[in-house]
Amino acid sequence: MSNVTELGIAAIRDGVRDGSFSAREVAEGFIGAIEGAKALNAFTVETPEHALAAADAADAARASGQLKPLSGVPLGIKDLFATKGVQTTAGSRMLEGFKPVYESTVSGNLFAAGAGMLGKLNMDEFAMGSSNETSAWGPVLSPWRRNDGGNAALTPGGSSGGSASAVAARLAPGVTGTDTGGSIRQPAAFVGITGIKPTYGRCSRWGMVAFASSLDQAGPMAHDVRDCAIMLQAMAGFDPKDSTSLNLPVPNWEAALSGDIRGKRIGIPKEYRIEGVPEEIDRVWEQGIAWLRDAGAEIVEVSLPHTKYALPTYYIIAPAEASSNLARYDGVRYGQRVAPEGGNLQDMYEATRAAGFGKEVKRRIMIGTYVLSAGFYDAYFNQAQKVRALIARDFERVFEEVDLLLTPTAPSAAFGLGEKSNDPIAMYLNDVFAVPASLAGLPAISVPAGLNAQGLPLGLQLIGRALDEQGVLNAALAFEERAGFKARPEAWW
Amino acid sequence: MSDYRIQGATGEWEVVIGLEVHAQVTSAAKLFSGASTEFGAEPNTQVSLIDAAMPGMLPIPNAECIRQAVRTGMALEAQINPWSRFDRKNYFYADLPQGYQISQLYHPIVGEGEIEILLDPKDEASAKRIGIERIHLEQDAGKLMHDQHPSYSYVDLNRCGVALMEIVSKPDMRSPEEAGAYVRKLRAILRYVGSCDGNMEQGSMRADVNVSVRKAGDEFGTRTETKNVNSVRFIMAVIEHEASRQVDVLESGGSIVQETRLWDPDRSETRSLRSKEEAHDYRYFPDPDLLPVELEDAFLQDCRASLPELPDAKRRRYEGALGLPAYNAAVLTAEVETARWFEALLAEVGDAQALRASNWLISDLFGALNRLGKTLETSPVSPSQAAELLKLVADGTLSGTLSKQVFEIMLETGQDPGAIVEERGLKQTSDTGAIEKVIADVMAANADKVAEYRGGKDKLFGFFVGQTMKAMAGKGNPAVVNELLKKALG
Repeated sequence: MSNVTELGIAAIRDGVRDGSFSAREVAEGFIGAIEGAKALNAFTVETPEHALAAADAADAARASGQLKPLSGVPLGIKDLFATKGVQTTAGSRMLEGFKPVYESTVSGNLFAAGAGMLGKLNMDEFAMGSSNETSAWGPVLSPWRRNDGGNAALTPGGSSGGSASAVAARLAPGVTGTDTGGSIRQPAAFVGITGIKPTYGRCSRWGMVAFASSLDQAGPMAHDVRDCAIMLQAMAGFDPKDSTSLNLPVPNWEAALSGDIRGKRIGIPKEYRIEGVPEEIDRVWEQGIAWLRDAGAEIVEVSLPHTKYALPTYYIIAPAEASSNLARYDGVRYGQRVAPEGGNLQDMYEATRAAGFGKEVKRRIMIGTYVLSAGFYDAYFNQAQKVRALIARDFERVFEEVDLLLTPTAPSAAFGLGEKSNDPIAMYLNDVFAVPASLAGLPAISVPAGLNAQGLPLGLQLIGRALDEQGVLNAALAFEERAGFKARPEAWW
Repeated sequence: MSDYRIQGATGEWEVVIGLEVHAQVTSAAKLFSGASTEFGAEPNTQVSLIDAAMPGMLPIPNAECIRQAVRTGMALEAQINPWSRFDRKNYFYADLPQGYQISQLYHPIVGEGEIEILLDPKDEASAKRIGIERIHLEQDAGKLMHDQHPSYSYVDLNRCGVALMEIVSKPDMRSPEEAGAYVRKLRAILRYVGSCDGNMEQGSMRADVNVSVRKAGDEFGTRTETKNVNSVRFIMAVIEHEASRQVDVLESGGSIVQETRLWDPDRSETRSLRSKEEAHDYRYFPDPDLLPVELEDAFLQDCRASLPELPDAKRRRYEGALGLPAYNAAVLTAEVETARWFEALLAEVGDAQALRASNWLISDLFGALNRLGKTLETSPVSPSQAAELLKLVADGTLSGTLSKQVFEIMLETGQDPGAIVEERGLKQTSDTGAIEKVIADVMAANADKVAEYRGGKDKLFGFFVGQTMKAMAGKGNPAVVNELLKKALG
């Protein structure tokens, strides 16, 4: 095998099983690629020893005929997942040097399925951001560049920016991401890969550093739909350690994967046509509609009347939960501590949190604290909860008529670093198409649809009924087969 | 109605009291983690990753704590809410690792209920019903230790996350005595139910005391809340002190500030901790890590079936079916240990002996335990030993005097009464021959007294009984002695 890093999860799994190459060769290939891609800043920690140990175990398992579903597949793990003995920072200086004594359920599930870990992936601080620029460890660069001959550094999106760059640059065949309000789907769209956020509760949140508990959901990011199905299968499952985890069997998504969507009804929500979105987004959306129609689906215009309230609702609920979830970072027990000489407890809190948190995290803690405050709770948080219920009902109603929804993933292609970092509202608008499915807890996937005029990837999103990951994956496969997206960033790093 | 009044310069003031009692739920594990709740362990040895609020840790409700809260609610005849929810109460403190306490503000697990208190245990007419507003479940905090280092405070998280029931009364109490009776009764019920050990010294039960004063017929006055008071005596002292303080403030033209106060037991006074303006904004909101608590009918039925006979029902049964005096019934049912001990005794002696057994327990046993500084739990005499002793009296083997002697030996040695009687020959004798012989000796030795008696000084009869019993070392059957003496003295 000349270059194993070109391969995806299914190809590696099958190749190791067939003996086309050894798992060790695969691991070494990716370790080498990571070694050569420091410029992307995709990894916060590299763990070649972990990947190699898993690879050797896979090779031994093959010899004894005991291969597991992900034997021989090395993966990248977003730094939001606690990894036992391996620094876990959630992209924050607050957790610099923090090595958990426990393994998150999701990473543990992947390792139990035979996967190895290449390293921890850079991300926006505490998953708050859409460009990876809020990471305490510096922004991740997208492997993509515009075709205008300029060398402007582009964002891979966020918050799973390291995850996105790693897959797009062939530093890992698959990675974990997490999605609170688009953090898997928007970066997947920005770098031309596939990423799915499953139904809320499919993947355990245990050991995943919390941002907004009612929204946070882990999911895979990989080259294609099949790889996502394989990886999600290993990640998902009931976890008694997470009360919000779904006590349901995990279907065999890969086995039932089929691009045959004849007769499926696919809704096009009219509220997703919003002003100010570049024409290229509409064009690729129209193209996507045509492909699905070509695959035998029936296209139906539908209405989700509360869509316009989704973004403000999200930016009340998510910061509110975050303001509380991040209260534990107080300098008392672990992570960053700044204790001013002669200061009291209050002084330590203030100094620790001032030094440990970045600007965006502080902004969201302030917003969250405000919307929960006495006198504002009803007007903001409580109202947002009610609107959230209405948004969920919009989806329920529409899913009585249609099986899936097709929308753009993000309102633009990847933008340049620094272009939006001083304008939080412009940054928040990145999530406009992603947050409704998050608020409703629905499965949603982003699949690459094509390139824009500047040669940058654009993605479309398929949203399905709760628990219907299969429907989402199947439609995505039909889409993928027609889109034939093969574009690759040219290696400059 | 209580006639407790504060006499002020402007007239009489009525005191209005409400209590929030925090009762530690009896459960092997904490409310949301599997860590142990045992008291007195080395610091930070009973702390799970969840209790320490490590990143990514999630709470899992402990069904036993929920069951205990429901059983408690049922014992207080309260409304059980089949749907309740946990909320986060947000504030920063070093003993609160999460930065929030998981509690129940909006939808508590138990709603309104009632407790009946008796101000006079001998008198049913002194009964008063105190309303319960709600019971909710919440996490306890850890403990700060300020004496371990000259410039740092240390924190012990063993208690952190332990389940508490907050039992909130209505402002229905009007005197320190009523508040005391309420806390004692609540404690008794919790101990009957087994949902809290009621140990106030170890902090298993503590109260926030809400006090206000008003002139009769007026609206409620502004209240103050004195936090974390940990004995019935202190609760009553807080009320007395706080009520007088408020009257003084009001009568000197001031007004009461709604505030949180602390009780200083060394100075016997309350002190302001923080005013309403300085009060925390707790930013309560539903905990997104937890699903609502939904109680199924089968679970509720199981909770109800597991409830023991409660003190009021027991007291009424003792008075009715067993025919005990009100006082005995009240004393025997006030504490679950007493009732258990009494019922173990009763099981052996039979219900017909209930009165005798209850009198013996209340006067003889309690008297002795008091004297020895012991409790029923550390009593050297077991219920079955006591039953044997009572039987020996009933069948005439022991006289009252002898039984007291035997009981003393039991207390000292822990021996069975039968063995003591055998070993020391303390059996009562009804042998008329033997008794007649002793009587003859006594009369011979006191010929002058015999003459006086026969001359009409009837009172001397007691003297002859005493002399005869003394000569028999107390073993003569008093009835037989009396009868034979009467015959002999003519």
